[in-house]
This record gives sequence, structure tokens and C-alpha cells, in this order.
Amino acid sequence: MTTLLVIVILVLLSIALWQLTKIFDLTQAVNGITDSGTQVATDKDNNIQGYLMFGFLAFIYILTIYGLLNWGHFVLGTPASAHGAQVDNLMNITWVLIFFVQTVTQALLHYFAFKYRGRQGQTALYFADNDKLEFVWSVIPAVVLAGLILYGLYAWTNIMFVDEDEDVMVVELYAKQFSWEARYSGEDNHLGKANVRYIEGVNTLGVDMSDPNAQDDKVVNELHLPKGKKILFKIRSQDVLHSAYMPHFRAQMNCVPGMVTQFSFEPIYTTAEMRDMGFMQEKVAHINDIRAKKSAELVAKGLPPLDPYTFDYLLLCNKICGASHYNMQMKIVVDTPEDFKAWYETKETLASAVKAANAKPETTEPGSAPDTAKASVPGDTASVKQDAKPVAMASVKK
Amino acid sequence: MSAVAHAHDHSHDHAHGHDDHEHHHKDTFITKYIFSIDHKMIAKQYLITGIIMGVIGVGMSLLFRMQLAWPEESFKLFHFILGERMAPEGVMKNDTYLALVTIHGTIMVFFVLTAGLSGTFSNLLIPLQIGARDMASGFLNMISYWLFFTSSVIMVSSLFVESGPASAGWTIYPPLSALEQAIPGSGMGMTLWLVSMAVFIASSLMGSLNYVVTVINLRTKGMSMTRLPLTIWAFFITAVIGIISFPVLLSAALLLIMDRSFGTSFFLSDIYIAGEVLHYQGGSPVLFEHLFWFLGHPEVYIVILPAMGLVSEIMSTNSRKPIFGYRAMIMSILAIAFLSTIVWGHHMFMSGMNPFLGSVFTFTTLLIAIPSAVKAFNWITTLWKGNLQMNPAMLFSMGFVSTFITGGLTGIILGDSTLDINVHDTYFVIAHFHLVMGISALYGMFAGIYHWFPKMFGRMLNKNMGYVHFWVTTVCAYGVFFPMHFIGLAGLPRRYYTNTNFPLFDELQDVNILITLFALVGGAFQLVFLFNFFRSIFYGKKSVQNPWRSNTLEWTAPVEHMHGNWPGEIPHVYRWPYDYSKPGHDDDFVPQNVPMKDGEEQLHH
Repeated sequence: MTTLLVIVILVLLSIALWQLTKIFDLTQAVNGITDSGTQVATDKDNNIQGYLMFGFLAFIYILTIYGLLNWGHFVLGTPASAHGAQVDNLMNITWVLIFFVQTVTQALLHYFAFKYRGRQGQTALYFADNDKLEFVWSVIPAVVLAGLILYGLYAWTNIMFVDEDEDVMVVELYAKQFSWEARYSGEDNHLGKANVRYIEGVNTLGVDMSDPNAQDDKVVNELHLPKGKKILFKIRSQDVLHSAYMPHFRAQMNCVPGMVTQFSFEPIYTTAEMRDMGFMQEKVAHINDIRAKKSAELVAKGLPPLDPYTFDYLLLCNKICGASHYNMQMKIVVDTPEDFKAWYETKETLASAVKAANAKPETTEPGSAPDTAKASVPGDTASVKQDAKPVAMASVKK
Repeated sequence: MSAVAHAHDHSHDHAHGHDDHEHHHKDTFITKYIFSIDHKMIAKQYLITGIIMGVIGVGMSLLFRMQLAWPEESFKLFHFILGERMAPEGVMKNDTYLALVTIHGTIMVFFVLTAGLSGTFSNLLIPLQIGARDMASGFLNMISYWLFFTSSVIMVSSLFVESGPASAGWTIYPPLSALEQAIPGSGMGMTLWLVSMAVFIASSLMGSLNYVVTVINLRTKGMSMTRLPLTIWAFFITAVIGIISFPVLLSAALLLIMDRSFGTSFFLSDIYIAGEVLHYQGGSPVLFEHLFWFLGHPEVYIVILPAMGLVSEIMSTNSRKPIFGYRAMIMSILAIAFLSTIVWGHHMFMSGMNPFLGSVFTFTTLLIAIPSAVKAFNWITTLWKGNLQMNPAMLFSMGFVSTFITGGLTGIILGDSTLDINVHDTYFVIAHFHLVMGISALYGMFAGIYHWFPKMFGRMLNKNMGYVHFWVTTVCAYGVFFPMHFIGLAGLPRRYYTNTNFPLFDELQDVNILITLFALVGGAFQLVFLFNFFRSIFYGKKSVQNPWRSNTLEWTAPVEHMHGNWPGEIPHVYRWPYDYSKPGHDDDFVPQNVPMKDGEEQLHH
């Protein structure tokens, strides 16, 4: 397909160049002799350009239809969150409106350009204003937009405001150049206080370990969520702006250093259920076709092939955050509540991880103030030498 | 007709190989071409500087489009242009990619579409169309251009800094833009960016103040505000919103400089980077976002309003028909200008600001669709039952309306906070704003250049090259930005160096290649324009005084440029500028300086 397009474009390009040189030769020849030398459009120009304008309308329509047919399946498909249906519904209504207006206005514009192309002796209509028309096309957009605004604001309020007494599970998303971590608030459903000034060793999120609420907090590198439970994400950043973007859940919120932002949604399909959906199986099969082809090319070059793709929910960074912004992601797994519980219980609390980490370095160098490098790579003497030159040890995984 | 006689004189001059009559001026080369205080020369200086910056800006986009289509492949071209430091062995580095998108955005928005477009045509047309000898302050005008030139030089020189140019995105959100540890471009490169922009803002303010004062005070006799061409209305209102919003960007830039260099904490708080906690406490990046977009959003109207003005004027002239709904057009310019200053928050729905604010900004943002729709309908009605003269300027004007509608409609999605959640910062946004303000404003600029080239240089641009330029550009513009809607809806984030780390996005790769091919072809065909432009300055067909048979006052001035614009008295104005094809007149145009006939009625209100 791509090759074909490349060829088509190259052919068009060469035709255009050929025409261009021809036109140029012609203009050189006639310059100053005939009236085309004035460089003002003649009736012939008006005629050709009028037809081309009409042709361009066809181009716009064909491009739209081609796009819908060939690229329409790129859209994210069935939303995996409870509020997603509302977002997609509003989106679809808006699309119907947009396609209608686009089709009609482009048709009028290009048809008029064709129909009223200039001719010698043709007189334009002196039509300067008409209050009725202006009124009509001010009021119609106003009414339509009022409808969209009301629906939009209704949905927005539902999505963004979380009631105090709602039964939610609080999870922290923590962003830093260029990875994500998540912290569960544990049985008490309260996150312990945190600040970058507490970052030390395995406590990479800067949790205040003296806070009673922090004692049952758990920190993970892969986000698991139970299906059917509303999650309230509390979002922090360690260094620069990031954005927590979970496209399949129709969820996004910036991560702002110095501030806790929030977003909440209820996952309604487990990862397994989403993988089983028809549209997703088609999508994955399509992607795997592409990857298989690419792998074949790679293998021919003596390089390792690509892994086949299986669908997983994703958390992406969607705010420019530095050189490796393009690869800042975390896998999200939606489990059944039972599976989630089982997974959750295998995870160690941060408090015990900190305790364990603190216990070890004491033996190698007792008495010295705890520091990042030692704590994160216990027993590694090389890292002790690097103490004077701080490096981003916090990102080293335990 | 006198115009014809005049043209004859010119071809006579040409035959003798003279370029310009300057012996009756006492100008030296320096006062005429460099430190000129003549608004027409300053306009040309703006235009040519803008075009050079445009070549750089568009060239950068072609480079990073190639990286997106063929990620991490080695190109000799990259190595040749970017050098070993930015593209080792011809493979573009990831921070180089970010530097390119950042500087592309900055150059296109500020240096090409603000200074190059508004600077050129405000300077050229305001005095000529309102019947003034020059700007209110020619000296201020000259300073304004030279500050713009200085800021361009600083911006371009930042490309050669050891640690690379600014690479935090054209919106330069801190902390990324404030901390060298976060990205190398935030060192010297960002300092130069900020200095350049501070100088640019000073330039823009001087220009804007001048435009406003000139329009208010220097209109010729009879030129009431409701007889101003829509170009002047657009430039006037653009200058007003520039004066209101640019100083806010200056304060944001100053505070950022303070944070970067003097340890203040306006925008920074609680940061742990490169293994240490920084001392910043209590600032907020969201504050910066507010300040930035308080300019940033009006800025897109600073870009698009002049284009709208040019398009209105060109469309009416070439339709041989009055612009439809002159007063409605003015009202919508005013409404757009007013609303443009209270919608900035729609860039920040996901910034963490209070969602209630998001509701307010959704409301104001969607309101702006109403005056925009009125304008689009009025343009289309202007074409209806016209006698359309398909000059290249006219084609670009109709192209403008087409892309403005296509791009504008998706604004209904992005302006709605609920829908913005999932398309925010994706390629959908790129598609939207490039069509509605990038391509549209460029079309407005091209239309203006094709239309007023004879006024600027006394010669005509070659129309056939203009046609080729228009058709290839317009096909490629849709070819580039239309498919981006689809990959944006697939959730593809902008500003990703490569999408290969997400198998999910593998199926979008073919589309990315297609987009890049269209971009390369479209970019290549801008050479046709450049060739036409620079060749026609010297060898173009000599222009007659009023080649488009237009009504506005600039066409009553002689082709030959002179200080003071008109020999003898300034023309007086007796009618509005849109008496095209007015019943009762022999010609299909009646210039503004033609008195009303006995018993002639005003047929518009």
C-alpha cells in the first residue's frame, strides 16, 4: 500500500515538475505578447481553476471516505471505564454534526467557486447584506452549541467531581523522568504523606514513613486495578510536568511537581475481557501481521525479531518531559476483584521494604548518615565512591 | 485610462534598464534599504525576514517528519544539516527531535505568522488603505523591525549552542524549561530563547501601538471607521489584542528567567532531579501555564485575524462583489477578539486546575464558534452570484475558507473539556491547530503576497507558477493534516520521538509515512513560490497601478514608491471600499476616492 502511494506521489510530482517547466517556457514565450502577460487571470484561467475547484471538492470527499474506510479502525474502540461511554457518546454526536457541516459548507464553497467562475461580460450581483440571513446563521450555531455545551458540562461534572462519601479506592500515580510508579493506600484507604524531601533509598516516592497512614502503603511498578471498583488516582510528579494518559479508559491528568492532582474512573472490563472483544482481536491480529512482516525483514538483516503483541492497557506520558518522553509507560492490568486481591497480597508494604533496606547497609558502614546510593544498591562499594557526585539512583529498581 | 498610461511609462523605463527612480530622493542606500522609516520598505523587510524564518521553520518540520516516518534511520541529509552532535552517523537524536519541534513551533507562530504576516501587511496596508502619508511614528516602526530582526538572529543563533537550542516545546512549560538537568536544551539554549522572545515582544508592542495610533488618528478625510476596509479592522483589532496579551508573556518570561538564574520559586516546587532535592518551594507550573496561555490563546487570533482581513478584502475584489455582511464581519472580529482573551483555559483542562474553571472555559470557548461560523458563512455568500476572478490570491483565499472550516470544526471537540480528556496533546490537536491557524494563516499570507506583490515591488508574480504552487500546496496540506485526525483518535501522543516503543501504534506507521511524503512534496513545492517571489522582484512583469481593479486607496497611489505615498494631496474618501458591481456605474468597481454621483444611493448598511 505504502509503496503504491510512494509511486503515485512520485509520478504526480514528476508530472507536476514537467508541467511546471512547460508552463514556464510558455510564459517566457508569450510574456508581453498576449494578454496573459499581464499575469491577471483571464477567462481561460477562470474556467480551468473553476473546474479544478470543483474537482478539489471531490478530493476532499474522497480523502474523507478513504480515511474513514482505511483508518477508521484506528480509534480506541469500546471504552474500558464506566464514564467512557458518556465521553464516546458525546464524541459521536459531535462527529455527526461536524460531518454534516463540513460536507455542506465545503460543497457550497467549492460549488460556488465553480459555478460563478468569472466570464467576460458576466455581472456580479450587488448583494451587500441581509439581516435575516445573518440572524439565521448566528442563531442556529448558537442553539446547537448550547446543546453541546450543556451535554458536555453535564458529563464533565460527572467525571471530574468525586463526592466525599463515594466508595473509592485511592491509588497514587507517581511520575518521574522517565518511568511511573504507583502506590496503593492499603486497608485504611489513606495515602501516607509524601514529599520529595523524604526520598531516600527504596523509598523512591518520598513517603513520610512516620505517618501512620503510610504504614500499609504498597509501591508497585505495574498497576493492577480491580474491575468494578471506582479508583481515585492521586497524581504526583517528582521532577517536571508529565501527563498520566490512559487512553482506553478515556482518562488523563497532568502530573504537576509541588501539587497533587486527581482523576477517577471505574474500570469495567478486565484485561482478559478486553482482549476477547471482537474489535480488539482484529486490531491485535492486524498489528501482529505488521510485526510479523517487520520481523521477517529484521531477521533477514540478522537482527532479532519483534515480539508478537498482546493487548494490555497502558499508562503513557503525554506531556513533553525530556529526551526519553517517548518511552515513559507503565502497564495496567485490570483483574477480577479476586485476582486483584490475590496479586495485592503478594506485594510487600513500603514500610517493610524500607526496614529491610535500612537493615542491610548498617552492616557495611555503620554510623554514617543514610544516603540514596547506599540504600538503593546495598553492599555495592562502587556506589559508595560515587557519593560525592549525585546520580539518579532513585530510579534504580530494588 | 491613466493607469494604462502609467504602465506604459514603466515598460519604457524597463527598456532602458533603470530599476528605480531615486534621483529625486536624497536617500542613501542605508536610509532607503536598511534603516528606512518608510512603512512600505519596513513591510518588505518584515516580509523577507519572515520568509527566511519560514524556510527555516518549514525545513525543520520536514526533518522531524522524516524521523517520524522512518524512525532512527540514518540519513546523510540529517548528518549534513544537523551535524555529528545532533545526528550522530545521520541518526537524529531524541533531544534533537524535541529541539526541532520546539524551534519549529516558535518560529512558525511568532516569527512567520505574527511578524511575517501581521508585520508585513499591517505596515504595508494601514497607511496606504486609510490614506495616510506614513505610520504615526516612522522611527518607532523602524525600531520595531530591527528589534524583530535582532530577536530572529538570537533565535537562529540558539541553534548553534553547544548544549542545543530550547527543547521544552514551544510552550516552554517549567520545570522542564527551567532545569538544565531535565533536558540539555534548557541551559544556554533556553536562555537565548527567552531573551529572543523578550526582544520580540518589545518589537511587537511597538508595532502594535503604532498601528493602533495610526488607525485612530491618521485616517484621511471621509474615512470613517465604517468605511475602513476589513483588512484595517483586522489589523487594528489584532494590534489591540497584541497590546493586551503580549506583556503577560513578557512577565511570564521574566519570572522564568528569575527562577532559572536567581533561584526564585515562582513556577517551581518540590523537585527531586538527578539525585538531589532542589531548594524550590511553593511555586506552581500551573501559574506559568495560565500566564503563557493568556498570551498563547489570543496569539492564535493575532495570527488568524490578519489573515481573515486579507482574505475578506481579496475575496470581495476578486468576486467583483461587496463583501457580504460588512458590519457583521466587523462585529465578529470584535467578538472573536473579546472572546479570545477569555478562553485560554481550554489549553489547560488537564493541567490540574479546578475542574469548575474547566466548565467556564468550555462555555466561553464554544461561544467563539458563533462569530467564526458567521464569518465562514459570509465568505461563502460573498462568492454566491459573483464573477470570480481566479487569481492565485483568490485561490488561496478560498483555500483559507476551506481549511478554516475543516480545522475549525474539530475545535468543537477540543474546546469541550469532556472530549478533550482523551484527545488532549495527541495528534488530533496537531491536525486541528495546523489546519485552522497554521495552514489557514499561511494561506492568508500567500493570498496577501500574491495580491499586494505589485504594490510592494511594482511587478507581478507569475500566475501560472502561482497556480501550481496553490494546487500542490493545498493537496499536500490536506494530505498532511487530514490523516493526523485518525492517528490522534488512536491515542498517539504528540512530541514522541518515535512510536516504536508501543506495539499498539504499529498500525499507524503507514499513515505516518504517507503524511511525511505529502509534507516533503508540499515542502518542495514551496520552492516554486520562492523562485517566483525572488525572480519576480527583479524580472517580473511590470505592474499597472491597479491590476486587480480594486477599490481601496492603496491602488490610487503610484506604482513607484515614494515617501508620503501620494504625490500632491492625499485622496479623500466618499464611499465604503466594497462598491463592486454597483448598479448605475460603468465599471464593476468604484474606488473609495470617487465621489458619489448625483442621486446615487448607498445600497448597503
